[in-house]
Amino acid sequence: MSIFIDENICNGCKGLAEARCERICPGDLCYRKENMKAAIRDQSACWTCAACVKECPVQAIELRLPFQACSNGASLKARLKHDKTIWTVWYADGHQEEFIIQAKCLKGDR
Amino acid sequence: MSIIRIDTDILIIGGGAAGCFAAVEIHKKSPDSKVVIMEKAHIERSGCLAMGLNAINAYIHSGQTPESYVSYVEKQFVGIIRKDLVYGIAQGLNEAVRDVEKMGLPIDRNDDGTYKKRGKRSIRIFGERLKPLLAEAVQKTPAQILNRVVATNFIYDGERVCGAFGYGVRNSTFYVVRAKAVIVATGGASGIYKPNNPGVARHLMWYCPWNVGTGYAMGIRIGAEMTSFENRFIALRVKDVHAPTGTIAVGAHSKQINARGEDYLERYYKHIGGNKCLTQHRLLATIEETKAGRGPCYLDTTTLSESDERRLKEDFLNMNPQIVLLWAGKGMNPRNKPVEIHGTEPFVVGGHCQAGYWIDKERNTTVKGLYAAGEVAGGAPKKYVSGSWVEARIATATALEDIKDVSLGDIDDSIIQIEKNRVLSPLNKKSGVSPLEMRERLQKIMDEYAGGISMNYVIHEERLLEARRLLKCLKERIKDMTAVNNYNLVEALECVDRIDVARVLVEHLIYRKETRWSCYQPRLDYPEKKDERWLVFVNSIYNPDTDEIKMVERPLCQ
Repeated sequence: MSIFIDENICNGCKGLAEARCERICPGDLCYRKENMKAAIRDQSACWTCAACVKECPVQAIELRLPFQACSNGASLKARLKHDKTIWTVWYADGHQEEFIIQAKCLKGDR
Repeated sequence: MSIIRIDTDILIIGGGAAGCFAAVEIHKKSPDSKVVIMEKAHIERSGCLAMGLNAINAYIHSGQTPESYVSYVEKQFVGIIRKDLVYGIAQGLNEAVRDVEKMGLPIDRNDDGTYKKRGKRSIRIFGERLKPLLAEAVQKTPAQILNRVVATNFIYDGERVCGAFGYGVRNSTFYVVRAKAVIVATGGASGIYKPNNPGVARHLMWYCPWNVGTGYAMGIRIGAEMTSFENRFIALRVKDVHAPTGTIAVGAHSKQINARGEDYLERYYKHIGGNKCLTQHRLLATIEETKAGRGPCYLDTTTLSESDERRLKEDFLNMNPQIVLLWAGKGMNPRNKPVEIHGTEPFVVGGHCQAGYWIDKERNTTVKGLYAAGEVAGGAPKKYVSGSWVEARIATATALEDIKDVSLGDIDDSIIQIEKNRVLSPLNKKSGVSPLEMRERLQKIMDEYAGGISMNYVIHEERLLEARRLLKCLKERIKDMTAVNNYNLVEALECVDRIDVARVLVEHLIYRKETRWSCYQPRLDYPEKKDERWLVFVNSIYNPDTDEIKMVERPLCQ
């Protein structure tokens, strides 16, 4: 598995012509199913670039590694704020780590 | 099937680092010029920068000069580079970086305001959003952005490139874009060789898996001269997730050690008189250590402090979040255990190595009306992202000057029909060869006969001749490819492009009868470097009428 989409959280980006993950995936892998939930068409074609993870406004998408690369479950989510990105990493044992990283300099700093 | 026709002054193919920068540049220099970007994915997160970036590795710090930069690159590539191109890039690096900083890219600074030095030619950035920032700058210009339109071929009248064809995967529409000038900026080629990770992790690779060499292939198909494909790139990366080792080695000063804990690099470059380890020797040494039974090899991260470790994770989240996930999955931190490293499959790229269009200083290709920038442009290795921006700046200046007395070409309807039929033909077949089968066959041939991972990258004439023969047969099967939907059709088109690139690559590998780059091009039958014969560029020109690839040599000084 490369990404996991939690259908309980995904709201399908209702009202938009495309779901945000569908719009952004550089490999054109995400799409919206008939039930208006996002899905990935081919896990084996995923680069694990996390573009969809970052774009999802409700954090329904987790980044995971394919089992062959790491057999223990861990996952990663991101939230984009105006000028920073907040990452949460869940370790195999359940504990988590958070990172808040600057991602854009504001007008006055440029 | 509907056709959308668009006329523009300049068409940019590929909305990546070079393509986005080019669009912004054109608007600055000539606000009235019309620009179209044809982009396979969505410019906000496409291509090499989709994951982000944590460092800019081509930058001139105080104490360095464009001359010292050129001499560094020349050493790294064992005497073969286009000094004129690299010099032009070096002169523009800092200004280009400053321009992108103004777009909003955060760069690590010292208290006195200068950029913090990460390595000798490197600065640390917080580039998780570098691509969206570039896209935002483009979106502020009137440029027309065609997202999800896959370029399929140039429109070429035998004299001049007058636009390009594309296929829109969202609207199942065929695009005919006429332009006075075309800037090709599509990136390099992955997926030519069998990748490190098989099966469901096949795209867990270093290079963007959707950069498949389309820009090269389109140029090859109209007879544009290509250079140095034999200078393949094989990256030394963190095993399994292919995170960049520079972040650890340069950013955190970790040493390469073998399974016995020995620092093994020196014995691979000291004897050849070097006091600095070339990028390729870091890889060569790792392969040799492993062959000698002293692997696996690692980057020794156990000496990091707790704050270094946190900083390292932050840097990776900005560029390669998978490695943070790998550590989390293993329930470990880099301070507990060294990070295992290995070589990737070979790639054809012009940003780390120098495969690409043969160009002049102004970024003219050998075909009129066509200009190259970034990864598809050859002869200027180690340009990376900042060098790609400089090339985009140069190419746009040339194109703008050039189109002053050029008008749009006439395109015969029959040419449009022929291309449309070619592009769509896989959709109309019920049975045949799937794109997956085609790709796997290509990757197997290249892996086994043209020096892939399973052969420890080595090549020699007999195997390469077999690769040549098998690729010719494979090309004949292209007509049997099938596709069940648009996504699948793009995969099929990718196979066509990869095969064209692979065939040219094999000819280049056959032609250079010496070992110039010990890891990237190791010839078993010609293991020595021969300066008296081979200090030349190996170039190729494909003839679409005869399906032959003609090899030519060009002198070092241009």
